[in-house]
Amino acid sequence: MAYGPKVIDHFNNPRNVGSLDKGDTSVGTGVVGAPECGDVMKLQLKINAQNIVEEAKFKTFGCGSAIASSSLATEWVKGKTVEEALQIKNTDIVNELSLPPVKIHCSVLAEDAIKAAIEDYKKKQQKSTEE
Amino acid sequence: MKFPIYLDNNSTTPLDPRVLEAMMPFLTEKFGNAASRSHAFGWETEEAVEKSRASIAKLIGANPKEIVFTSGATESINIALKGAAEMYAEKGNHIITAETEHKATLDSAKYLEKHGCTVTYLPVDKYGSVTPEQVKAAITDKTILISLMHANNEVGTIHPIKEIGKIAKEAGILFHVDAAQTAGKIPIDVEKMGIDILSLSAHKMYGPKGVGGLYVRRSNPRVRLSPMIHGGGHERGFRSGTLNVPGIIGFGAAAEICYTDLDKETVQVSALRDRLKNALFSQLDEIFLNGDPVKRLPNNLNISFAFVEGEAMMMGLKEVAVSSGSACTSASLEPSYVLKAMGIGEDLAHTSIRFGLGRFTTEEEIDFVIEKVVGVVKKLRDMSPLYEMAKEGIDLKSVQWTTH
Repeated sequence: MAYGPKVIDHFNNPRNVGSLDKGDTSVGTGVVGAPECGDVMKLQLKINAQNIVEEAKFKTFGCGSAIASSSLATEWVKGKTVEEALQIKNTDIVNELSLPPVKIHCSVLAEDAIKAAIEDYKKKQQKSTEE
Repeated sequence: MKFPIYLDNNSTTPLDPRVLEAMMPFLTEKFGNAASRSHAFGWETEEAVEKSRASIAKLIGANPKEIVFTSGATESINIALKGAAEMYAEKGNHIITAETEHKATLDSAKYLEKHGCTVTYLPVDKYGSVTPEQVKAAITDKTILISLMHANNEVGTIHPIKEIGKIAKEAGILFHVDAAQTAGKIPIDVEKMGIDILSLSAHKMYGPKGVGGLYVRRSNPRVRLSPMIHGGGHERGFRSGTLNVPGIIGFGAAAEICYTDLDKETVQVSALRDRLKNALFSQLDEIFLNGDPVKRLPNNLNISFAFVEGEAMMMGLKEVAVSSGSACTSASLEPSYVLKAMGIGEDLAHTSIRFGLGRFTTEEEIDFVIEKVVGVVKKLRDMSPLYEMAKEGIDLKSVQWTTH
């Protein structure tokens, strides 16, 4: 697969690789994809009281464009409000990274990972206020 | 060292400089049509073609008259299957092959199924091999052909050809062997192995692309095959078309070198392959050998690096040319059907890398590859959520994944 320079850059120098504490109520974790499909993304967001994404970390099992899509997603969500983060569309990722058509599903996965992480965060918040 | 390092010799091999040297006169001043009987231009190329035919025959223990030149192994396999099915239609319509065959065989078999044949696709064991017993059990009174590869192109597993050849002979059924991966790499003797038809490729044995061969047994039994390409009746009517003289000369020269150096080269290449294998297995955990640990091509190593996707691995290994069974590298977006047939899960199929060594692979290159592979696997595992989960003791099979 011949990739554009941005994918190669994210692949060689991935931003924000790592993990946050799953148990922290201010951390939302999203895991999407499946090993059988060849890609799994784990995206974690630390969201503060002002509803802003303070920190973002990812780990991805997948091809170069899956790694680049999740790396880019962590860059984009940082500093955004939860509402703004939810506005990130997979097509934005496709355009930014110039992904070929066969790799569009990688960008979909990144969008899904953001949504899953925020959903997890909201669930945790609801649970902690109920308690 | 020259970069990138070429470790995809199961896909194709570079042209040996000695082969090119042998071909050059036939790309320049010796341009005659080998079928021209009326002048010296034709005579000299015909003589050279016959010399090549003899070299190729010698490599597989055949008579030169039993070698037909084609455009490559794909064409040879097409002639073998379709030609036998058409020629022996009155005798029967059943063909036995295996699930892990090359697409040239599988797609020819599928074509024949649409045209009145029935085909048995034998399942393989965990190493990618069929057993002689399986073949024997699949034979019916309608079986006309058994078609199997000598060794698998992805995982390198060698089929028990001699034992299957014996069964075919006893049952009076033609036996076709796809030797694209093995000719010039491991010994082949069509007599001892009971082979009736054999497909060959020049570019996998350091010859040129666009030329191949088909061995067709002339006696005990005399095999007849309907031609697929009609025309001037070249190659005893098996394959019409003006002979690709430079290609054939290169094929013959390549066969001659392989014949002379086969034993020496097997020792040299398998030693480097084992060096690579042993180093990777000692330096990395959670890696798995695909294919038979013993009965395999000397130049092939296929490993699944769990938790590291194959295409990402190849991106990390940009100084090394290898191939992967990962879906991301295939046009179909399906992982390798060969690994699947061997019962290897799709999760591991996505992480497989094939290393194909060759005549020109050096120890220095292998040592570089070892260091690179270990580094890339460690780096990608550090960013793999699956490796993290596995290390936390989570059973990945029990996780509810969101498939897409």
